[in-house]
Amino acid sequence: MQSFFYDTYIGLLILTFAEALALLVPLLIGVAYLTYAERKVLAAIQLRKGPNVVGPFGLLQPFADALKMIMKETIIPAGANRLLFLMAPMLTFSLAMIAWAVIPVNAGWAIADINVGILYLFAISSLGVYGIIIAGWASNSKYAFLGALRSAAQMVSYEVSMGFVLVSVLLCVGSLNLTDIVLAQHRVWFCLPLFPMFIVFFVSALAETNRSPFDLPEGESEIVAGFFVEYSAMAFALFFLGEYANMILMSGMTTILFLGGWLGPFGILPQLGPLWFILKVCFCLFVFLWVRATFPRYRYDQLMRLGWKVFLPLSLLWLTLTAAALMVFGWLPNA
Amino acid sequence: MIANIAFYVCSIILLASAALVVSSRNPVHSVLFLILSFFNAAVLFLIAGAEFLALILVIVYVGAVAVLFLFVVMMLDIDFAELRSGFQRYLPVGATVGAVLFVELVFVLGGWEFAPQAPVLRFSPAPANVSNTAALGRLLYTDYIFLFQAAGILLLVAMIGAIVLTLRDRKTSRHQSIRAQTDRTVAETLELVTVTVGAGVKEIGILRPKPVDPEPVEEVHHGN
Repeated sequence: MQSFFYDTYIGLLILTFAEALALLVPLLIGVAYLTYAERKVLAAIQLRKGPNVVGPFGLLQPFADALKMIMKETIIPAGANRLLFLMAPMLTFSLAMIAWAVIPVNAGWAIADINVGILYLFAISSLGVYGIIIAGWASNSKYAFLGALRSAAQMVSYEVSMGFVLVSVLLCVGSLNLTDIVLAQHRVWFCLPLFPMFIVFFVSALAETNRSPFDLPEGESEIVAGFFVEYSAMAFALFFLGEYANMILMSGMTTILFLGGWLGPFGILPQLGPLWFILKVCFCLFVFLWVRATFPRYRYDQLMRLGWKVFLPLSLLWLTLTAAALMVFGWLPNA
Repeated sequence: MIANIAFYVCSIILLASAALVVSSRNPVHSVLFLILSFFNAAVLFLIAGAEFLALILVIVYVGAVAVLFLFVVMMLDIDFAELRSGFQRYLPVGATVGAVLFVELVFVLGGWEFAPQAPVLRFSPAPANVSNTAALGRLLYTDYIFLFQAAGILLLVAMIGAIVLTLRDRKTSRHQSIRAQTDRTVAETLELVTVTVGAGVKEIGILRPKPVDPEPVEEVHHGN
């Protein structure tokens, strides 16, 4: 049986398919309940009740929303580039899904435990901008186009400082493999020694996922809904799912890079691996929602200033300091 | 077998999309085909076992350079009729430049010789027991450190040059001074007033001061 799954092509294919399903089905359910959690958390912060009609405590609300999306009509504007218009949401959604291939949920629980896992994640997240920019251009609408341009500039800006944060984590680990990054934190989670980098990474993650307070690409007060103005029904739902899956992905990356992945605090209860991982991801997601309820939206020039004039010098400085400290105290890994 | 099929499929897509970059009528489609060809080149690197180079190609070219490309091309207002009308006129010049480049390429490639140890090295490009990334780093930061630093300085100079050329203090745009704003204290901005019941704002004298007229915007003089 084992040799069938590991040694034949068809067996490997079935195995990979089953692994992908085992990850993606819980992920999509997670996405559905993240939308529910968002509305409930926002409601609690704003002293409202939130969805409470469909099902007990409104628990069936995500499925009602999904059903509504499926039943609606997909409208393609007359002046739109049909092929690209339909390709953009699919691209956004599939990029948000394939990034999960390298995320280790527990020791050895990754679909592909590749050597350059962190670079893969960085590459996939830098491709995410194409879904948005193609959607904006293919819609042939000025609001969508403005949203796409804003988003392209924003995502490229924040990626630079994010790259430096990744490099300073890699300096402490000495490997690009995600499992190695988690295992390197068995004594202390990187959020303590690299605290400023942790903050820079989390804020950049907010900007990468176009979440509030950096949700200018969809700023509904100026440009209606930004790049997805013209989208309806399933095409809109794919953008929506992609955005929330990206939020979970960014929380997963924060967990792996800074919060010790599946390791429990002070090494307690190591057998609960995946549960620790999910708990930490939920914590990060709660902070995403908390930030949304608390901060007003940035103005565009302030957003660019924060990225280029504050985060970039700060992350460069901290990278140099990290390298110097590792060198001086002889803490360099693999030395 | 699978690697072979993947190699041929990716190579065909790479060549086809490279051809479409030059031949598509819509410049945005050209850039999208360029991105597709970058992506397939990255897959070819992966098949060759150079995973670091493959991902760096995606991050740098697809994730950054091509985004800016697409950004600029989308914003350009291109008149296709005018573009095509110039084709006949520029054909001789373009053909001459192309021919000269082609002849030079033939000269260079004609005198090309593979290093004698290349056929042996081809079978083990990376040292054994070391990951691809580590092998690349060892080579780059030891034997080729001077070239590496020189390339870095070259890029830095180009970057500073671009900033110097484009940065000028435009009088037409207003900027926010974040420092001036965060330096403000409560005493400067807020005044607490005890208001007697029934008194209007005129009697107490807390009318809002008239806003200062903005500075007149100066004309920007180009040249000279």
